[in-house]
Amino acid sequence: MALLQISEPGQSTAPHERRLAAGIDLGTTNSLIASVRSGVAETLADADGDHLLPSVVRYTTEGPPLVGRIALDAETTDPLNTIASVKRLMGRGVGDVKSLGAHLPYEFVPGTSDMPLLHTCRGDISPVEVSADILRVLKTRAEQTLGGELDGVVITVPAYFDDAQRQATRDAGKLAGLQVLRLLNEPTAAAVAYGLDRGSEGVTAIYDLGGGTFDISILRLNRGVFEVMATAGDTALGGDDIDRVVAQWIMQEAGIGEDAGHGALRHLMQVARTAKEALTEVPATTVSVPVAGADDWSGSLTREQFDELVSPLVQKTLSPCRRVLRDAGIRVSDVQAVVLVGGSTRVPLVRSKVAGFFGRDPLVDIDPDRVVAVGAAIQADILAGNKPDDDMLLLDVIPLSLGLETMGGLAEKIIPRNTTIPTARAQEFTTFKDGQTAMSLHVVQGERELVSDCRSLGQFELRDIPPMVAGSARIRVSFQVDADGLLNVTAEEQVKGVQSSIEVKPSYGLNDREIETMLKDSMAHAQDDMEQRRLREQQVEADRVLEALEAALAEDGDQLLEAGERRRIDAAAAALRQAGKGPDYRVIRRAIEDVEQASSDYVDRRMNENIRKAMAGHRVDEFESS
Amino acid sequence: MAITLTESAASRVKTFLENRGSGVGLRLGVKTTGCSGMAYVIEYADEIEDDDVIFEDHGIKVIVSPKSLVYLDGTELDYAREGLNEGFTFSNPNAKDLCGCGESFNI
Repeated sequence: MALLQISEPGQSTAPHERRLAAGIDLGTTNSLIASVRSGVAETLADADGDHLLPSVVRYTTEGPPLVGRIALDAETTDPLNTIASVKRLMGRGVGDVKSLGAHLPYEFVPGTSDMPLLHTCRGDISPVEVSADILRVLKTRAEQTLGGELDGVVITVPAYFDDAQRQATRDAGKLAGLQVLRLLNEPTAAAVAYGLDRGSEGVTAIYDLGGGTFDISILRLNRGVFEVMATAGDTALGGDDIDRVVAQWIMQEAGIGEDAGHGALRHLMQVARTAKEALTEVPATTVSVPVAGADDWSGSLTREQFDELVSPLVQKTLSPCRRVLRDAGIRVSDVQAVVLVGGSTRVPLVRSKVAGFFGRDPLVDIDPDRVVAVGAAIQADILAGNKPDDDMLLLDVIPLSLGLETMGGLAEKIIPRNTTIPTARAQEFTTFKDGQTAMSLHVVQGERELVSDCRSLGQFELRDIPPMVAGSARIRVSFQVDADGLLNVTAEEQVKGVQSSIEVKPSYGLNDREIETMLKDSMAHAQDDMEQRRLREQQVEADRVLEALEAALAEDGDQLLEAGERRRIDAAAAALRQAGKGPDYRVIRRAIEDVEQASSDYVDRRMNENIRKAMAGHRVDEFESS
Repeated sequence: MAITLTESAASRVKTFLENRGSGVGLRLGVKTTGCSGMAYVIEYADEIEDDDVIFEDHGIKVIVSPKSLVYLDGTELDYAREGLNEGFTFSNPNAKDLCGCGESFNI
């Protein structure tokens, strides 16, 4: 018997056509999956009723990898095969990892590409594969809960993730057998969960204090699109630090030394965490820990004492808050809503400090651990087509400009970088030569002016263009990028309607280093590129002028020109031909002007001659009456 | 003529309607699609049409069009769990056979 869910009025789907979609918060410490059922977005629990899946994977020599709490328990006994916080490694090169490496207990081996691999007893494993193993567990949980295969998911990523980190996340999704409808910025997902995207515009602050990281983001909603204005944070500040200061207080009070042994310290952290969680509800709690060689120690911790202990940590989050406002160029009073994300924002002191800083009460109705996954699920539901799509959000952007090669090896940008997708742009091009019947289109990506400095994405030809005078054919070239970043380029001749197209994946195989290098080069070579562009443009123009001149001379040069005139024109043309080979665009431009000047009388005469020919045999009144 | 809800179905519908924040009740119906002739429709109702038939059970308004009622009369709506999955089930005396997936039926 099928288990049915309630649909929105008129949105019932036919059997087997219901599209199951889910939102995934792939976190550094914990991951969650959520889905919209009967119109309500909820995170999904496993068989034990746990919603949070610790983002920890343990590889063993036999059997499938162990994911979640079961892997977390082995973190201390089998550290080399138990991978935690893999999110910090996503899309990083070997060099980046070395700088992080001091804190990470894993063995790295360089891979064939730029990606570092983790050495485990199951062989060398990439961070993408580790993430895919976490995603696979969430996927299974969702499919068991929803009773069918997932049609698509939205995965959240930090707002500061670059293209390579995003691509790595996408790849992990694909590897886990998921169709990634879109990647969504975590702060944006939190804002969506609170329905802040329904307003027309406004500025929102997202304060995200997780287990090990702190992020503050300022979002601006503009015509239904969230723009990340600025982000700041601290990658080593979170709930674990709060537990640590509480544990230290207990050690001091109970007289436990630093040499207590690993197991005892771990237990202390657990006790500290329990006390912290209890103090969000009650004003005081009793803490008791075993003391080696003595009776158990027991004491009371009040919320006041607790606040005093953690106050320096909470205070530390406020300076990134000030910085992010400055970076965004706004004042505290411009912020219209504050959203709290991350389990550590349950601490009452955090709430009051944040409220004090922003001068308004933060939004706390949705469980701060789940709010990101809930927002992602709402997006996934819309993208899968289960809702009228009037509230589509456009959030992904194109990392590098997309364009076409034009005459002279220049790159003409059709879609500039940072354009949100899906998008479509079209531009008209024309033929360069008389009677030209085919056109070769070369699709390139990059910020540089010359095609040779950009990345080639693909090439195709448009044939059967009706023969016409150079410059009169109209070829419309459309670039379309869908929500998956897939680019489709179509060229259509406007008179006969002949068409040709190509499909490419623009960011495929470009790692962050390459994208970064391409961007840096475009800045460093801006001046060179400008010069090169001018030179190529003038060279193309010179070719065009010479070609037109030769065609004209062949047609009627002998009838219309005297020997002296003809010599002057030929000399100017020869000079231009010579200049065209040189490196200076100014010289070419001057030579073109010389040719135009030398031939201006000739051009006038040709014009008159053509008009005379056209009117021959007609009476003047025929023209007057028309 | 009646359509009824089990207590667990009624309490779920009540929660869902409260979370949604609007809606006058639950609309049930049938559609002639699916692999075995007919398929159930279960939607939130924002409006009541003139010829709709309304049943009230456990405080929930169940709204059915007369066309659908022919196929649904005597049905009891339940809320069931199967492993991690949960959802509404129709126990319909009119249905003769179900398709393998149970989403559509014949009379």
